[in-house]
Amino acid sequence: MDVDAPQADATTEAQQPGAEVLLRALKEQGVEVIFGYPGGAVLPIYDALFSQNAIRHILVRHEQGAVHAAEGYARSTGKVGCVLVTSGPGATNAVTGLVDALMDSIPLVCLTGQVPTHLIGNDAFQEADTTGITRPATKHNYLVKRAEDLARVVHEAFYVARAGRPGPVVIDLPKDILINKAPYKAPAPEHPSYRPRREPDPAAIARAAALLRQAKRPMIYTGGGVINSGPDASVALTRLVRATGFPCTHTLMGLGALPASDPHFLGMLGMHGTYEANLAMHGCDVLLAVGARFDDRVTGRLNAFCPGAKIVHADIDPSSINKNVATDVAIVGDAGEVLRALLASWEAEGGADRSALAAWWRQIDLWRAKQSLRFTQDMRPGAIIKPQYAIRRLHELTRASGRDVFITTEVGQHQMWAAQFFGFEKPNRWMTSGGLGTMGYGLPAAAGVQVANPDALVIDIAGEASVLMNIQEMGTLAQYRLPVKVFILNNRYMGMVRQWQELLHGGRYSETYSEALPNFVKLADAFHAVGMRAETVGQLDDVIREMLACPRAVIADILVDPAENCFPMIPSGAAHNEMILGPGHEQEAAGITDEGLVLV
Amino acid sequence: MPPGNSALRSATISVLVDNESGVLARVIGLFSGRGYNIDSLTVAPVDDARGRSRINIVTSGTEMVIEQIKAQLDRLVPVHRVADLTREGPHIAREMALMKVVCTGEHRAEALRLADAFRARVVDATTESFVFEMTGATEKLDAFMALMRPLGLAEVSRTGVAAMARGTTTI
Repeated sequence: MDVDAPQADATTEAQQPGAEVLLRALKEQGVEVIFGYPGGAVLPIYDALFSQNAIRHILVRHEQGAVHAAEGYARSTGKVGCVLVTSGPGATNAVTGLVDALMDSIPLVCLTGQVPTHLIGNDAFQEADTTGITRPATKHNYLVKRAEDLARVVHEAFYVARAGRPGPVVIDLPKDILINKAPYKAPAPEHPSYRPRREPDPAAIARAAALLRQAKRPMIYTGGGVINSGPDASVALTRLVRATGFPCTHTLMGLGALPASDPHFLGMLGMHGTYEANLAMHGCDVLLAVGARFDDRVTGRLNAFCPGAKIVHADIDPSSINKNVATDVAIVGDAGEVLRALLASWEAEGGADRSALAAWWRQIDLWRAKQSLRFTQDMRPGAIIKPQYAIRRLHELTRASGRDVFITTEVGQHQMWAAQFFGFEKPNRWMTSGGLGTMGYGLPAAAGVQVANPDALVIDIAGEASVLMNIQEMGTLAQYRLPVKVFILNNRYMGMVRQWQELLHGGRYSETYSEALPNFVKLADAFHAVGMRAETVGQLDDVIREMLACPRAVIADILVDPAENCFPMIPSGAAHNEMILGPGHEQEAAGITDEGLVLV
Repeated sequence: MPPGNSALRSATISVLVDNESGVLARVIGLFSGRGYNIDSLTVAPVDDARGRSRINIVTSGTEMVIEQIKAQLDRLVPVHRVADLTREGPHIAREMALMKVVCTGEHRAEALRLADAFRARVVDATTESFVFEMTGATEKLDAFMALMRPLGLAEVSRTGVAAMARGTTTI
């Protein structure tokens, strides 16, 4: 054959280096931002990124930060977050973020570099068995071994990440696959095996609706599934709650679905939920659970959970139904579709025992009157700041600013106080590490949120211990001029662990006091941000106002009462109706059983 | 433990999966990671044209745990179908075993007589040993092994259970 003859085969002509094929597939999947960190194995991708403008790369300071940033991006936009890290340590550093996204059902695609295919298994430099390590850390993962699979795998990964119960997907990319020519393929119309059900079974909806109509003491409990379904699901929930007049509570992941100011909202439930939410769970006769998974932090002791209730559980993940709690009506489907179907049924047939519902609300109002979130702030100007008061003022002053506010948190007491005292009126405004409880989540997540929402006010409500776990991401804020506000409730303790030591371990504060904290004001300065500090209640409002007015990244170091505990609290191994209400109401922690001590 | 019926039952579950690398690790990891039992596990390609393998798992647990196992298997991306053969109607389950019995004299004659009664085949013999091959239900293999143990059972290799529904039903 004449080598100069024109190529007849169109597919051969269309072949490009793997890295180019990868970027083309990412663009087709709607990727606009990648959070990443370069390294040897992914150099071909960075080279391809260098010569294009469609995809923006945000350089983080640690791969864990890249994943959390992508989580913040995904949770605040509803899009799939995208991460790019190198082989070996790049991939292993990403693992905590991947598990975090898996537990909280956050859609991500994480591209990991890998040594060339001929070196796999040879203990090559920066080689790790990434698909082996990340198998239980992801919803699914791929190792691309053949160039012709590359485009298909990328399209499939995005589909798997967002379909059904969302989650993180890893694509492990050997370096030779990125360099060698590969064909481009458009997305396949349908996945061969993974096709989760979205539309609920009408018969199940009818059974659920009939139960709801008969309810005398109904309760609606929703979780992250409503947020993941998109803003329309929150609209449907709000309409259903208002049409039925039923009380509603959210899990930590579900906050913002129903506006916090709605009188039907009883606050968060669970270990640090409100008295009225937990007592209403305990006393209800019909429970409608949507997009929530009956986590142990929510249920308390299982054999005393909702003891008299018929339970309707709707979830897009069939494995979440009947996992911890036996349900009476199971509905597999998308939260939004389920809520719309229930609303349609309610509007068509009406119902509810109005007098029983009124009596139920009278009971709930009695529980509400306990004011389980009550705290006492000494208002003399030199007084020490109560952490709850700091968050309440932050909420009030941000609301007064009229800006769109996104809150991220780290993990611990400050996280629970933020969930209790910062009222969320809209979905996708609250990013927190719920299932895994990852200290160090909030700062990188806030960076991701700010990248996605450049004009919004993004605040990381932090603890001084948690924020140090990924403090290097202050560098990312500086490089991209992301005006994130880091609002540290500084109590000099790992507060939640200290609280458990006080309540359960005889006040032996083993290793929970930070002896040598950094000067956060100087730390902010070192990272090209603005540092400020409030030491007394008289300084608090000024610091918050100054922080909100500042056009740059800020660390606000708020010194708070180190002895404050997070209440109310369901001790481990206890039931919803065995809450500790806090000082003044406090019961003896000695009542906690050995079984409860084991439950962390 | 989840509440509900706490009676344990055994379940034979067949799973049709894409024959791709890592799929068995996903299934095994699911069982070990979530603390489920595996009493028997077999895997082999069954449809080369479509690239499908079949995994047969015998497990045990409460009704709630077994439903959970099926739901967890079903949401794995390369899984096409999960069938609970124990629940979905009558099924047949067979496994094959190779059993080496080292013995002489009277024991040798007795081993052969029992093998004949159980329809085990002799697939290797020396003057001091037999290797029997036997196919059947798990209980039958267990019973034969128990009889061979005092006669000099030295080594066993079992395939684990292959199973399918009776009648026209297919997975």
